[in-house]
Amino acid sequence: MAKVRKSGQKPNNWFFSLILLVPAFIFLGTSYSDQPQLDETSMGCLKCHGLMRYTLVDPETGDSVSLKMYEELRIDIYQYVTSTHGSFSCIDCHSTDYETHPHPISVKFEPVYTCLDCHGNNEVFAEYNFNSIAEEYEKSVHSEHLVRNFSCWSCHNPHTYRNTARKGGKIIDIVAYNNSMCLGCHGEISHYAVLIQKQLTNMLSKHDWLPNQSLHFRKVRCIDCHAATNENILVAHHILPAKQAVKNCVECHSTNSILLASLYKHQVIERRNKYGFFNAGITSDAYIIGANRNYYFNVISIIIFGMVILGIIIHATFRYIHKRKKSKPA
Amino acid sequence: MKKKRVYLYPLWLRIWHHVNAVLMIVLIVTGISMQYSDPKYPLIRFDIAVNFHQLAGILLTVSYFVFLFGVLFSAIGRYYLIRTEGFTTAFYRQMRYYLYGIFQGEKNPFQVNEHQKFNPVQLITYNLIMHAITPITFITGWALIFPETIVLNVWGYSGIMLTSLVHSIAGFFISIFLIIHLYVITLGPSPKEGFKPIIYGYHEIHEETEFPDSENSPKTQP
Repeated sequence: MAKVRKSGQKPNNWFFSLILLVPAFIFLGTSYSDQPQLDETSMGCLKCHGLMRYTLVDPETGDSVSLKMYEELRIDIYQYVTSTHGSFSCIDCHSTDYETHPHPISVKFEPVYTCLDCHGNNEVFAEYNFNSIAEEYEKSVHSEHLVRNFSCWSCHNPHTYRNTARKGGKIIDIVAYNNSMCLGCHGEISHYAVLIQKQLTNMLSKHDWLPNQSLHFRKVRCIDCHAATNENILVAHHILPAKQAVKNCVECHSTNSILLASLYKHQVIERRNKYGFFNAGITSDAYIIGANRNYYFNVISIIIFGMVILGIIIHATFRYIHKRKKSKPA
Repeated sequence: MKKKRVYLYPLWLRIWHHVNAVLMIVLIVTGISMQYSDPKYPLIRFDIAVNFHQLAGILLTVSYFVFLFGVLFSAIGRYYLIRTEGFTTAFYRQMRYYLYGIFQGEKNPFQVNEHQKFNPVQLITYNLIMHAITPITFITGWALIFPETIVLNVWGYSGIMLTSLVHSIAGFFISIFLIIHLYVITLGPSPKEGFKPIIYGYHEIHEETEFPDSENSPKTQP
């Protein structure tokens, strides 16, 4: 018997589901439309390199085996397409020999590109000043001690790297992203041991001297204390030996804070014209004792303080004059 | 001239006052050193200033609650009560005396006695400093020791920055109070006489003094 829906009765659930799904599809369509799309070749690569396991087929026997895709060969698809180089096809950087399965041994000898191969002496990237970055990197402890084991890619994973310093995002996010690069090795023995045969330092106990340690770790990048700044580049690449790291509080906690030339450099450049005073870069979303001096508070406090002292001097002088008059014989 | 001694400052209050004074001075000096820190002219080394400032701030909080307990549950509490009736007139008279009458040889319209030890100007100032500005400094100070408790963004500005600004302004008012407080003590018959009560506990009343008629300036006491 057919059911008749009475007036006021709730409509079927599928109807509501449909209504809810329409905006969901619209949302998904718009949110992904801005992301770079992967080409067919890259999709082919990621059938294996985008997964935790892959199937290897022996072309002679036709036998297949399911194998684990090791972490360093695995690409996170979302991170890749949202990264700075996410619009690239795999074979833009890698040999076309990779299209052969299983990959021939020759691919192991393919030259690895460095940043300068594309960005060096290129007018398009002039503002980044990649040549200075390379010079600064050459002076760093990483270059000095690790030589061939270390390259741009050791910190800037080409498959995930995002340029955060120039995006004007929240400082706390920039700090977290940057520090994750350092802690990728300095906080992870399996990565650290691949580079150097040395005991991994405990970062927390090593920084015991730092007051309010967790706050510093969240608000400041490792490189702000451990790298020498260079006015030609936005992000310092001359990583210093640990002994030369900043340990003097006032280098950050003063009006000429070194952070204005490092962590807040981009914001300072962006906002200097607007606000025009020394702490333009750090007044909005951060506070650094000694560095954030409110201009108006400084001026008003000096005026009030001066007036109080002047008032006391005038008051005391009048009291003295009155006392002298009183003590004089009539 | 006969003198009458009135015991107005019990021992615990005098100890509290001196401890509080030392803590305030430590906080002001270390606070200025941190706020105006400069690598070329370090007043106090930054990390030392931070540690002493925090330690003094924590002790000041304890000291404040000792004082508050005393005000609420001991005899000194009555000295901090403001009687609304005639207060404005008495306040005006006192201010007039400080700014004009004192240079004309007029008598102080307020005289200390067993029932009242603060004139209307002192009453307002001490209540503001002890029950508004000091709590603001230590509440914002504690918030800055534990910055994770502060709202990160307030109308587009850093919550920590605004908290520290309030902290600095309140601290500035306390330092201004300290300077004026020290000067006002010297306004008595002789500069050193003003310091005696807070050291020995007794205030000396001159028996021949004539007390003007005022709500906050009572008649001559026997």
